[in-house]
Amino acid sequence: MNVTIHLVQNMPGKEDYLRILPEIVLALFGMAIMVMDALLDERTSQRTLGTIALLGSLTAIAVTVCQAHTPGYAFWDMVHVDAFSIFFHILVTTITAVVILTSYEYMEVQQIRAGEYYGLILFGALGMCLMSSAVELVLIFIALEISSISTYILAGFRRRAAISSEASVKYFLLGSFATAFFLYGVALMFGATGSTSITVIGDTLRSGVVPMLAYAGIALMFVGLGFKVAAAPFHVWTPDVYEGAPAPVVGFMSTAPKAAVFAVLLRIMFQADAPGRLWMIWAAAALSMTLGNLGALVQSNVKRLLAYSSIAHAGYLLVAFAALPDNGISAAMFYTASYAAMNVGAFAVVSHFAGMGERQVNLEDYSGLGRRSPVLAGTLTIFLLSLIGIPITGGFFAKFYVFSAALQANLVWLTIIGVLNSAVGAYYYLRIIVVMYMREPRDEAPVAPVPLGLGTALTVSLAATIYLGVLPGRVLEYASRSAAGLMMR
Amino acid sequence: MNALDANILSLVTFIPLAGAVLLLLIPRRHRDIRVFALVISLMDFAVSLHLPVRFQRTLAGFQYQVDFAWIPTPNIHYHMGVDGFSMWLVVLTTFLTPLCVLISWKSINDRVKEFFILLLVLETALIGVFVALDLFLFYFFWEATLIPMALLIGMYGHGRKVYAAVKFFLYTMIASVFMLAAILWLYANTNPHTFDFVTIQNAIRGGQIPNFSAAAFWLFLGFFVAFAVKVPLFPFHTWLPDAHVEAPTAGSVLLAGVLLKMGTYGMLRFNLGFFPEQSRANASWIMVLALIGIVYGALVAMVQPNMKKLIAYSSISHLGFVVLGIFSFTQAGLNGAMYVMLAHGVSTGALFMLAGILYERRHTYEISDFGGLATPMPRYATFFLFIVLASVGLPLLNGFVGEFLVLSGAFQDRAIYGVLGATGVIWSACYLLWMYQRVFFGKVKHEVNQRLADLDARERTALWPAAAAALIMGVAPLIWLNAIDPAVQSALAPFSQLASKVMGQ
Repeated sequence: MNVTIHLVQNMPGKEDYLRILPEIVLALFGMAIMVMDALLDERTSQRTLGTIALLGSLTAIAVTVCQAHTPGYAFWDMVHVDAFSIFFHILVTTITAVVILTSYEYMEVQQIRAGEYYGLILFGALGMCLMSSAVELVLIFIALEISSISTYILAGFRRRAAISSEASVKYFLLGSFATAFFLYGVALMFGATGSTSITVIGDTLRSGVVPMLAYAGIALMFVGLGFKVAAAPFHVWTPDVYEGAPAPVVGFMSTAPKAAVFAVLLRIMFQADAPGRLWMIWAAAALSMTLGNLGALVQSNVKRLLAYSSIAHAGYLLVAFAALPDNGISAAMFYTASYAAMNVGAFAVVSHFAGMGERQVNLEDYSGLGRRSPVLAGTLTIFLLSLIGIPITGGFFAKFYVFSAALQANLVWLTIIGVLNSAVGAYYYLRIIVVMYMREPRDEAPVAPVPLGLGTALTVSLAATIYLGVLPGRVLEYASRSAAGLMMR
Repeated sequence: MNALDANILSLVTFIPLAGAVLLLLIPRRHRDIRVFALVISLMDFAVSLHLPVRFQRTLAGFQYQVDFAWIPTPNIHYHMGVDGFSMWLVVLTTFLTPLCVLISWKSINDRVKEFFILLLVLETALIGVFVALDLFLFYFFWEATLIPMALLIGMYGHGRKVYAAVKFFLYTMIASVFMLAAILWLYANTNPHTFDFVTIQNAIRGGQIPNFSAAAFWLFLGFFVAFAVKVPLFPFHTWLPDAHVEAPTAGSVLLAGVLLKMGTYGMLRFNLGFFPEQSRANASWIMVLALIGIVYGALVAMVQPNMKKLIAYSSISHLGFVVLGIFSFTQAGLNGAMYVMLAHGVSTGALFMLAGILYERRHTYEISDFGGLATPMPRYATFFLFIVLASVGLPLLNGFVGEFLVLSGAFQDRAIYGVLGATGVIWSACYLLWMYQRVFFGKVKHEVNQRLADLDARERTALWPAAAAALIMGVAPLIWLNAIDPAVQSALAPFSQLASKVMGQ
């Protein structure tokens, strides 16, 4: 009874809706696409719908930027717009825009006609945005489901390829299992602390003895979220799904949902001061880095190789979670951003080069790419160098901040494991470069010219990768500021 | 200090990079790509001449400095500056690059654009290594040299080029990880954290770094390993013959002419600059390795059937002199080491160009495939002889000055070092002159060699500057040495204090 009165007294006002405006924009554009898909002629609709989706994501970016001036809570403290959520909003919507640009050409080449593709990308982005601003576990769960269900379907979009349907089904079954773990964890946490609000949970856990139940709750939530970011030992699905899913979608789901889930993890781990954080994270990080890199060493399919590499990168990122909040949070945020830039870019090249039916995704297909398409090979080389962590690329400073945060938290062994792993990682990325430049091409046919959309996508990711590597100061400073806001009590 | 002096180092460093970016925009089939690369590299050489012209030769310390904050966390500065050591190495780099462009004019026919882009990017990275005074910047340029060099070997080399490129890359990359660890230790232990060379050096000398004495040996070793692989010092030398034999001519010229000097320059700058005590304490085994390198390199060079491999092993021997000079801690030794670096850059660069010219005509480096070449190619034979004599250390040519100074320094340190080092001079005369005899004298053994064309105008243009430099460096060494000497004296200053401290005890 009390609750009802409370609700009636606090009907959501204009402010509340303003604070979820980016999500509203994405939803409206997504729905518009679904409606128009039915009305438009199928042969011409692709480009139109793609453009609408692009507009939608750009509008969402603009709205988010405006939102930055009015931070605060909304909807009975379930949504919190702060510098932290703005950071991830912009990250997710930018990735969305870039992936849409990549998809234009891909969809034509693969002859997939489906307007809902773009709608689903926008709905997925909606879920991810909401995840980064939600501060209430049930809302987080809903957002996570919105984002996951969209990506399950997107993974199966290469309808004619059995491997794609397999990817979709695998991802769906295992993914639902993982979200169930997360939900169970939420329930236990509610039992332990009497609340689902992250701030309240944090206060309760800090104020007294931590009940056993809370440990179990955190562990179960970590299982669910660990699955979503492809952290070992919950990573087994990754290579199969990445291999089967359409290449632009892989670029999307290896970056945007991961960024959003890392945002959730940051809130749960640091803002709620999760008990038992250190050792759980320590083990997952060390395992992910090692298994990811070792797995990547023996791959001959570029998509699978990048899948294992993404497991390894989830591991590097988790290292920051084991560090202290002062610099761990900002290091993790910086890493998410620069990983997104280089990985979306790498997959954009892969998806262009894959060709009809994604036949050209093996390492041998890349031989002589440096001769056949110097521009594509050159761009991919820069992304790969960034993935290795060579200076003046974003990847270098990402690793640098993460490892120095770990060192300041006295995690010497974890840092050593990380550095050794980056050395192993250098080997398989270099292998691609060697194949591209130092092998004779098997097939002299020139690669299709780079269309405008893809060119823009590549330029954006390349510029971001280099910018983060040459002038990382501003982004890091913003991340530190929002981290400080996050930890303020 | 005027505006040009303040920006000259950035200009010299980044003109080639800007040229490479412009090259990217030129259409692929355009035939002027070579001309453009030549113009850019000549322009950079001309600009770099400003450095010695306006250099204050009586002053020690860094000149033409530029220093501003670049990245706040970690605290990285864009700090550049040159002293007598690095200035000449910069000029050596800008001097050799146009010659590399000329010598690659015809031999590179495939992927021409990429070749010259890589060459120019490599030039920027090489210059950056010598001018950087921020450890992070230094490390960046250091690693940045690897990628274009490995690509030059792997894309344009011959034979087992991929193997050679990967071996080169992995060897130097793994070794420099140790240096990175040492750099990060220094960064973490300075307060406030800094990568700045001068600040760290002052902090070390002022004893402001906690736990420094405990870590110093390992830090010294971290830097030393990275540099020793680059030099290459025996027993880290195995990558060098492979890389040289498979590399294209321009790659070999820059590899021998400049890349190897990054190692010896690093020893001078960082091992001596940061760790004088540890350098002193470890000098004996380092000198022994250097001596082994001198003798072993010479002996292996003697038996090589392959001309390019012979020159590669002779580099190992010559670079041994440099290390010997550096770790003798005498004024003559250091001056000589620096001079051998420059002289070796010019004469070995020229030797590789000469070998490349022959390869263009016959597609082989085997000495036994030639013989009696002096008859069909008299001009070529003359140039070759001149450079061989310079390399052997004939007085009045450039090789002599440096080797003489190094040996006299080594004698001052310990006579046996001088004696053993001096045998290296004899060996080098043996293998180079014997090679010369087998290639040029006697009757023409193979019918194909009868009709070999002599040097054309372009090849002569590429060789003349090198030959002229070899002569001028031989007769007027003071032009170079009077700028080097102040740097040597300031590098040796901690050692005389060290010596007096030992005496006092």
